[in-house]
Amino acid sequence: MPLSEVLAIAPAQRRAPVGEALAGMMLTLPSAVAYLLLLLLPTLAAIVLAFTDYELGAPSLAWIGLGNFEELLEDRGFRQSLRNTLVYTAIVVPASIGGALALALLIEALTRGRALYRAVFFLPVVSLPVAMATAWQYLLHPTIGPLNALLREAGVNGPAWLTSSDTVLVALAAIGVWEAIGFNLVLFLAGLTAIPRELHQAAETDGVASAWERFRLVTWPLLGPTTLFVVTISMIRAVRTFDSVAVLTQGGPNRASEVLLYTMYTEGFTYFRLGYSAAITLVFLVIVLALMLLQTRVLDRRVHYG
Amino acid sequence: MAEPREHVWQAVRWLVLAALGLLFLMPYIWMVSASLKPLDEIFRASLALVPEGGGTISNYVRVLAEVPVGRYLWNGVVVCGGILFFQLLFAVPAGYAIAKLNFPGRDWVFGAVMLGLLVPYHVPALPLYVGFSALGMLNTYAALILPFVISVFAIFLFRQFFKALPDELIHAARLDGMGEVSVVWRVILPNALPAATAFAIFSVVAHWNDLFWPLIVVSGPDRATPALGVLYFRTEEAGDDFGALMAASVVMTTPLVLAFLVAQRRFVEGIATTGLKG
Repeated sequence: MPLSEVLAIAPAQRRAPVGEALAGMMLTLPSAVAYLLLLLLPTLAAIVLAFTDYELGAPSLAWIGLGNFEELLEDRGFRQSLRNTLVYTAIVVPASIGGALALALLIEALTRGRALYRAVFFLPVVSLPVAMATAWQYLLHPTIGPLNALLREAGVNGPAWLTSSDTVLVALAAIGVWEAIGFNLVLFLAGLTAIPRELHQAAETDGVASAWERFRLVTWPLLGPTTLFVVTISMIRAVRTFDSVAVLTQGGPNRASEVLLYTMYTEGFTYFRLGYSAAITLVFLVIVLALMLLQTRVLDRRVHYG
Repeated sequence: MAEPREHVWQAVRWLVLAALGLLFLMPYIWMVSASLKPLDEIFRASLALVPEGGGTISNYVRVLAEVPVGRYLWNGVVVCGGILFFQLLFAVPAGYAIAKLNFPGRDWVFGAVMLGLLVPYHVPALPLYVGFSALGMLNTYAALILPFVISVFAIFLFRQFFKALPDELIHAARLDGMGEVSVVWRVILPNALPAATAFAIFSVVAHWNDLFWPLIVVSGPDRATPALGVLYFRTEEAGDDFGALMAASVVMTTPLVLAFLVAQRRFVEGIATTGLKG
């Protein structure tokens, strides 16, 4: 930098640090206070609560160490809930990612109508989940629902999708896939747009003839970072599932659709066993943190960045 | 040679997507169809989409008579608007300060933001509920809004966004004699608009649709949000009256869907950019 320029901005810079430091602190102060009161302290309180026997309205609480967690291990309802959450996630994540990727490739290759199809598949993301769950309940109703009416036409006796313990989790997962696909689709479309078209043409000139080979050699590796992100966020969103269970099944029948957050909700806000509920929250938090760690530590190294 | 084949492929893709799209829209199609059918027709479980005899609006009449639709929608607007207003009020200045200003403790603040990004909002919910309950604040707008006024995600988003703004812009404003406050007000705020729009869409969609927190702090229709309103109508009044239930679902789903159809591109871009950065 020429000396004259340094001199020209020097006064401002000499004056800046004090004013700048003050401004910086003033501008972050409201956020810092709100962060402390509404996020940090309650989160720490939730962690502490998990090691107590606190119940809402109880006159006192006692430190019971790992008592809640020992009870969780014994609690068949909780184990069922954890298992259901895993099964739900194991269905929703691959199906919504595979489906979204396939749709994204189909839509990306269109010459017209891209915006239309993107809008169609994105619609569930902006539709009130409680209302759409109600629509699904009608669609899947054992006697008056259109799906079973259709199956009857084909001579099949459809199951009671949401009220039979054999099918309830699969039915909820199907709704979950329907809700998640549009969100993943939009992320994949953004990822695909970022891949230069010349690369596909170059691959074609180099003799990579089939569309599948071009996908395997060009698109898939370059889509790596997007896919990694979609996998992580899909898993976290699936573990967080709550609405459809709260609206449609309340965890039933016989706990067959009990999921982690719903169990936490009933223990905490129906039975008011806050200590126990906080312990479930902590398990939930550990799972979410583990998924994020998985993204940054393990998967990151295997992804080819374009 | 390649031309006609490409046309065939285009047509095939179009048809496949049309079939899948129609399948995807089935819940909406049946929802609207059932909302226009009288109860006895619904119970006959016919596969006809178009109601016999042109349908009925009695389901909608019942919903509008029994459900305080306006109340629920207004509550949704107040809650989402309130949340967004405070989120921006807190996050824009903080994001700017972390991105562009040197002040003691800045790295700590940014560390706290990154830490906060790891915690889902369900985790502080229990103690917040106890707190609001002790303060007698259940069933208030404040209880619905307060837990979300601090969005570490928004701070992070604005920090990333401001980081990409050229320093010269701020230096020039300072050389023009602007104080730090007017730099924020007159230079940073107008420049934050694209990021703010994207975040606004993300925030409104998330909180309009949220059920978990309203279910915890609200009971009764006075402060119920649209999501809670549908749930109440379902459990308390409609029972198995699927026609009325579908009508209520249509009414409550329409506002946000309409907003989406009007500003489609912005919605998709808003969700994609905020999604990719979160």
